[in-house]
Amino acid sequence: MSASILSVPRRSRLPAVRHLATALGVLIVGMVLVIAIIAPLIAPHDPFAQDLNLRLVPPMWMEGGSSLHPFGTDQLGRDYLSRLFYGARISMTIGIFTVITSGLIGIALGVVGGYFGGRVDDVVMFLITCRLSIPLILVALTVVALIGSSLTVVILTLGLLLWERFAVVARTTTMQVRNLDYIAAAQAAGASRTHIVLREVLPNILTHLVVVATLEMALAILLEAALSFLGLGVPPPLPSWGLMIAEGKDYMFFSPWVIMIPGVALFVLVLGINLMGDGLRDLLGAGRIQ
Amino acid sequence: MLRFLFRRAVLAVLVCLTVLVISFALTRLSGDLAISIAGPNATVQDIEIIRKNYGLDRPLPVQFVDWAAHAAQGDLGRSYLYHAPVAGLIKDRLPITLTLGLTGLCIALCVGIPLGIIAAMREGSALDKAIGLLALFGQAMPSFWLSLVLIIWLGLNLQLLPISGIDTWDGYIMPGIVLAFSAIPALMRLTRAGMIDALSSDYIRTARAKGLSSARIVLKHALRNAAMPVVSIAAVQLGFMLGGSIVIEAIFALHGVGYLAWESISKNDFPVVQAVVLILALIYITLTLLADMMNAVLDPRLRTA
Repeated sequence: MSASILSVPRRSRLPAVRHLATALGVLIVGMVLVIAIIAPLIAPHDPFAQDLNLRLVPPMWMEGGSSLHPFGTDQLGRDYLSRLFYGARISMTIGIFTVITSGLIGIALGVVGGYFGGRVDDVVMFLITCRLSIPLILVALTVVALIGSSLTVVILTLGLLLWERFAVVARTTTMQVRNLDYIAAAQAAGASRTHIVLREVLPNILTHLVVVATLEMALAILLEAALSFLGLGVPPPLPSWGLMIAEGKDYMFFSPWVIMIPGVALFVLVLGINLMGDGLRDLLGAGRIQ
Repeated sequence: MLRFLFRRAVLAVLVCLTVLVISFALTRLSGDLAISIAGPNATVQDIEIIRKNYGLDRPLPVQFVDWAAHAAQGDLGRSYLYHAPVAGLIKDRLPITLTLGLTGLCIALCVGIPLGIIAAMREGSALDKAIGLLALFGQAMPSFWLSLVLIIWLGLNLQLLPISGIDTWDGYIMPGIVLAFSAIPALMRLTRAGMIDALSSDYIRTARAKGLSSARIVLKHALRNAAMPVVSIAAVQLGFMLGGSIVIEAIFALHGVGYLAWESISKNDFPVVQAVVLILALIYITLTLLADMMNAVLDPRLRTA
């Protein structure tokens, strides 16, 4: 798995297309981030306000829709566009904080294993193997079911589970960096291990870790949606996109937009993050470790 | 090579033991399992009775050793909900999950490998880029949402496939497609990378110089060398699919191990939950061990690693 993450695609013969795709990714992620931040300012309605007289109103581009509710309403008459905007907050919060948690764990383990090698590395490899062998969704569902569903629980659960790719990449890249001349120079100059790891190793493997961070962020957002869809993620009435799809599921045959709108939002956001990550890998790949 | 195989086997055993501890500890996370089982409306007496009946009043290490010793003999405890042995419940449902996983893997291989080969043969072309983009699309697709979209489209609008259950064999197709989606990008990328390496190697140049047809070169010479990492990633992906099928089984009402686990989680049937976690982990450990051993046997270069 590590090989596929580290392998850098060859120089593209179509750089314009690549950059276009990267720019599109950055644009999507930037837009969702801005929407998430200013959701209270731009949401046309209160995302929690129910109006039982206006249930399942279609979006404005469909027959029977009105500009009062541009994306229609859900089964409880809540404005769908407002819920979508507030849902962006949940997805972005999950994505960012899960990556911070899992990144800290994974990078610490990977760098320590890669730098010290030997027995220490054996232990790190063992932990990675253990983590890979436990079924991710099943364990996450169980933890949330036992501890109770809340945004914090979901973030911590996913953060404690999604560190292995960080660890694998940090370990491999640290091993490559460890034997380079500037590390030997720092050692000769009498720098402490902590100094070498934090000031010499980390900055030089950072580019690879940024790419992993995008992959993990996308995965965390998808997993939160899946957990919420199964009823063991973010609790209602919070407008998580996964939860919106779950709540709309019973009405999807007659009102398909209730699952199409949040589903497309989720798909576009994750695609945007992946496009951004792919582009970053190409851009940063030029200065990669040999 | 023996040393490699030995080390690998020892690692697998250690991981098995750790997973045993994890799956036990997992269900004790809430602090008091008896309260979780009893539910929100239980009285103190109810909880006390449950604690006694299920042996939850014993110290945790005693409970663990008891459970692990029984598990080693194939006895995974009794389900609170079904009042039946957990091992039997899982055995009944495992074929469904395995069939689903293998269906998914077959679809993923049939789509991923040809796409990877085509992308590698036209490396850098617009076609290669398009296939790469397709992989990103696959990666971004939420599986539960794709399931619903397929149910509406293939099941309801076109009426091609049944929308839930597995009364007929074609009930596996739609969930199989969804499951395959998550594995296709990885398989495709790996095939592409392996084929690009293989196609630029000396023996391919020799084969070309000999005047072999290009189809023969690609399929017989290059693919054989690119196939090995694909085989091991396929084993890993199958393991992930079996673990990830819980969402898909829940949507399509396939009563496999994933469905059993989901049901047990929502109904606090923890002996089943910890057993399913254990079984799925053991299957994954076995699959990756087999893949690594096969690679070691097939590829002499790996034996010294």
